[in-house]
Amino acid sequence: MALKIVKGSIDRMFDKNLQDLVRGIRNHKEDEAKYISTCIDEIKQELKQDNIAVKANAVCKLTYLQMLGYDVSWAAFNIVEVMSSSKFTYKRIGYLAASQCFHESTDVIMLTTNQIRKDLSSPNQYDTGVALTGLSCFVTPDLARDLANDIMTLMSHTKPYIRKKAVLIMYKVFLKYPESLRPAFPRLKEKLEDPDPGVQSAAVNVICELARRNPKNYLSLAPLFFKLMTSSTNNWVLIKIIKLFGALTPLEPRLVYSCVHVVKYLGLLAMSKILKTHPKSVQSHKDLILQCLDDKDESIRLRALDLLYGMVSKKNLMEIVKKLMLHVDKAEGTTYRDELLTKIIDICSQSNYQYITNFEWYISILVELTRLEGTRHGHLIASQMLDVAIRVKAIRAFAVAQMATLLDNAHLLTGNMQRNGICEVLYAAAWICGEFSEHLENPMQTLEAMLRPKVATLPGHIQAVYVQNAAKLFATVLKSQEGNTDSTAAQETSQLMIDRLPLFVQSANLEVQERASCILQLVKYIQKLQQKDVEIAEEVNALFAGELNPVAPKAQKKVPVPEGLDLDAWINEPPSESESEDEQPKAIFAKEEPKHSRPRHTEVDEKELARRREARKQEQANNPFYIKASPSSQKVYQDTPGVEHIPVVQIDLSVPLKVPGLPMSDQYVKLEEERRQKERAEKKKKEKKKRKEKRSGRGKKHDSGPESEEDITPAHQVDIVTEEMPEVNSLDILYFVPLADSEKLPVRSHRETPKSPAEDGDTENAALQEPKKKSTKEKREKKKDKDRDRKVYDIQGNLQDGSQVVVSVIFENKGDSFLKSMEFNVLDSLNSKLQRPDGSGPHDGLTVPFQLPPGVSNEARFVFTVQSIIMPQKLKGTLTFIVKNEDSSTHEKLDFKLHFTCTSYLITTPCYSDAFAKLLESGDLKGSSVRLEGVNMPFHHLLARICFHHHFSVVERIDSCASMYSRSIQGHHVCLLVKTSGQTVSIDAKCDEPTLLGNVLDEIKQTFSQC
Amino acid sequence: SFTTHCEIRTYHRMCGMQFMLLFSRQGKLRLQKWYVPLSDKEKKKITRELVQTVLARKPKMCSFLEWRDLKIVYKRYASLYFCCAIEDQDNELITLEIIHRYVELLDKYFGSVCELDIIFNFEKAYFILDEFLLGGEAQETSKKNVLKAIEQADLLQEVSHVKNCE
Repeated sequence: MALKIVKGSIDRMFDKNLQDLVRGIRNHKEDEAKYISTCIDEIKQELKQDNIAVKANAVCKLTYLQMLGYDVSWAAFNIVEVMSSSKFTYKRIGYLAASQCFHESTDVIMLTTNQIRKDLSSPNQYDTGVALTGLSCFVTPDLARDLANDIMTLMSHTKPYIRKKAVLIMYKVFLKYPESLRPAFPRLKEKLEDPDPGVQSAAVNVICELARRNPKNYLSLAPLFFKLMTSSTNNWVLIKIIKLFGALTPLEPRLVYSCVHVVKYLGLLAMSKILKTHPKSVQSHKDLILQCLDDKDESIRLRALDLLYGMVSKKNLMEIVKKLMLHVDKAEGTTYRDELLTKIIDICSQSNYQYITNFEWYISILVELTRLEGTRHGHLIASQMLDVAIRVKAIRAFAVAQMATLLDNAHLLTGNMQRNGICEVLYAAAWICGEFSEHLENPMQTLEAMLRPKVATLPGHIQAVYVQNAAKLFATVLKSQEGNTDSTAAQETSQLMIDRLPLFVQSANLEVQERASCILQLVKYIQKLQQKDVEIAEEVNALFAGELNPVAPKAQKKVPVPEGLDLDAWINEPPSESESEDEQPKAIFAKEEPKHSRPRHTEVDEKELARRREARKQEQANNPFYIKASPSSQKVYQDTPGVEHIPVVQIDLSVPLKVPGLPMSDQYVKLEEERRQKERAEKKKKEKKKRKEKRSGRGKKHDSGPESEEDITPAHQVDIVTEEMPEVNSLDILYFVPLADSEKLPVRSHRETPKSPAEDGDTENAALQEPKKKSTKEKREKKKDKDRDRKVYDIQGNLQDGSQVVVSVIFENKGDSFLKSMEFNVLDSLNSKLQRPDGSGPHDGLTVPFQLPPGVSNEARFVFTVQSIIMPQKLKGTLTFIVKNEDSSTHEKLDFKLHFTCTSYLITTPCYSDAFAKLLESGDLKGSSVRLEGVNMPFHHLLARICFHHHFSVVERIDSCASMYSRSIQGHHVCLLVKTSGQTVSIDAKCDEPTLLGNVLDEIKQTFSQC
Repeated sequence: SFTTHCEIRTYHRMCGMQFMLLFSRQGKLRLQKWYVPLSDKEKKKITRELVQTVLARKPKMCSFLEWRDLKIVYKRYASLYFCCAIEDQDNELITLEIIHRYVELLDKYFGSVCELDIIFNFEKAYFILDEFLLGGEAQETSKKNVLKAIEQADLLQEVSHVKNCE
């Protein structure tokens, strides 16, 4: 018996496995049929053997052939045999083969009943699992009848993995053996509430399918499903349930409502996804989405709001906001209303107020929003007011008038001001009125409003703004009053300040107190001067002189560098040269290149900037790590058209807050409409003119249909120059993105030269704590004719001990395809062998433990065992890999050679001159010499070259003569005496191993012949 | 043709997905899973016809087509076509989602899956499909769970393999 197993496994080694078969078929494209028929013969032989592993392998191959269209029905019995194996490995293959090859008329299926029953009750859940999976494919009415009970039991298995499969397969059983449905149904229903979501969804699936066939019987389950629908987060299940309801609704119309709901929600969700890519197509459904705002379901309303945000355009902004304002009124006292408020502001302010054509309208909207009680978003409204007032110059007069009214009516807000955040608005109002007080119609009235005693109940930071801006107003009022002949008015104003300010001086808030007392003293002094009839207004105004202008984020760039300022000059003494030499002691061996002078900061002209920007955009577009910004919402701001171009809207400003019926922002909608109509009319006129002019020609008809976005010229311009918004982002992106070639920082040249061997060895030592090591550098570049998968192998060998060599290979994918499944293999020689993991054969390749996306390089290390080091060696090897493209993948290979030179077995070892002399005296070393002709380089360069390339160290140097030493990894001493005269270099060498010495000298000669 | 037609009509009321086929751009079948029991001859005939029909379609055409009285949902991933047949009441989009989920599973399991992975490890591809779909219905919607089950079964396979060698 033991012999049989041994024989079996030996046989197996020579059998083809599935991979071999697949490979074989691919290699025999011309005579595939013939090849396969020999394979089938082999398989037949394999099936005759007793060894189950061989049989399973054969069955696995048959399954593959079956897919290719070959008849394998003759092996049905063997498949059953493999299914019956006690080993999971074979059982799994057997069941797979059965599920692929068996069908209802396969007669051996009868034989499987008991085996399947045994597997179903196996203690191993995976045995049960494969049996269930297999059964789902080839269940016959007989099997269904015989096994229905077993499967039903499995529906209550402890493992959800089994329960889930059992539930699903019950459906197949019901179809084949309908009698089983009645007894199994209660248990199936139970599974709808299974704690495991997988089982639950399986049960939903089965019942949905059953219900589709006979809805009437399942109507009683509707409440249960409804519960599931509202609680389940699994989209797959939701879809199934909706489908089920679809089947049930003809019988129970009430279900429609709940379905509609879910569908509506999903629809809105889907629309918001579509919106990102195809905004136009969604915009046409605006009315439908606005209707959703009336929905009873808050989650649907919120979804609709999200959608609206993306849908607005210049054309429909007013209309949408008007609709939203109506909802704000309806939604009193809910969090939904707060949500509405923020959405309105979001919608209006998005992309730098891109969609707002009339800012007066927007200010009125903001003012209307202040009437909301109990909102948390007062500061949001306030910041919008400030932003608009500062940035849109043309709107200031209007804004100031509105704010003055707001301040005047502050008591309307203050009723429950402390509680709600709306009083924040007063902060903005006070500031705007103060800062732009020159626009006020009646500054005195506003000043009076700002100094009312009730103000003291406001939060501290608002009071502070009140006080400060009262001073600004005061200055303005003075200015207007001083021109009058009657100076008492001005003095009365001062008196008002002096009367009211003490209230704020007593404030508990430090800021308020400080400002108030400061201003109070100032006003007192002013009053003193006034009494002496001194003209003071000019000076008081100087306190607040200067216009506040918005500043673009990149304004600094526009400031020219003052003449005579050299930003690149050192402020302190530059660090001394010697310091940098200390850092790089090895630099003397490398060819020194003239140090780059610091790149001078050149004046970057516009062209250059534009070019760089373009390059960066290109680079971002090609970089997969960079998530592209949405199409930039840049706006080209023309020079502000003079104020006279803006249609001035005359509105009675004395009432706006108190208008009970029609909110005033509505007026703008109408006005805007009129304005546009006028514009359109003008345009048409122009067109007509043009047409008239053209009439002599072809007279092409202009499309005067619905106006496009571009046609709508804004009534006001946002007055700020924002330079290309997307560019700002690139700053933080750079941190994540690997630098492109063009962006790489200049590296000092000696950094680029390979590390010197000694350095390399030292770091190795430190890491491994072993006496001495040796490192080799070999560079090999392989090219394939095709550009797409060029790779560079940079092979660096580190010799660990007397017989082990570590070769580091850097794989670099220079093509644009993805490389994977790389296998590195070397044809061993008697002397050098690639170390492979235990258990693998002498010709197996090693898997490279990574995959290579295009442009990526990575390093892998391979250990070789070397016996004799006295001769150089070349090992042939192959790298196989899969090249994956957009639409294809190919298996390719690359041949390479690994060159183990004798030099690579040498380790740079320092040696003192006395020890060196002793070595030479001992007489154990055999000599050899070599002459190099025509070497045209300084002697120290020559020595550096030998040191660097051949791992020697200089023992002593006298004029044009030097002694050098190195040691092999197996302890051979190598001594050199190098002399130079003119262009001739002679090297006398001694070593205890003449062959090694000969080879090393040859390699040195080779080095110098190359230069 | 008539018999095949009748056969499908008989069975097509039986489950969500009828079958799934994976084939290459060259029309080579890479994987087939039948959830309706048909004879080999019929399977071959259907496969041949479908592969031709699908390959003849232009890349910009939609992923659905009506074929006999079934709906065919297909999608091309790199060089491979994934093609499913469903009955007329079934949802095409969820089928597309099933295809995509299966591709995701393959991708996770093989690590950036490609056609060769499926050719050389076709049994694994089947095992994954069997954990994901059972009898034409999605049995597990969680990717994590599917892969966990496969990994554990693989582990079991290795253990029993080692035992066998000893």
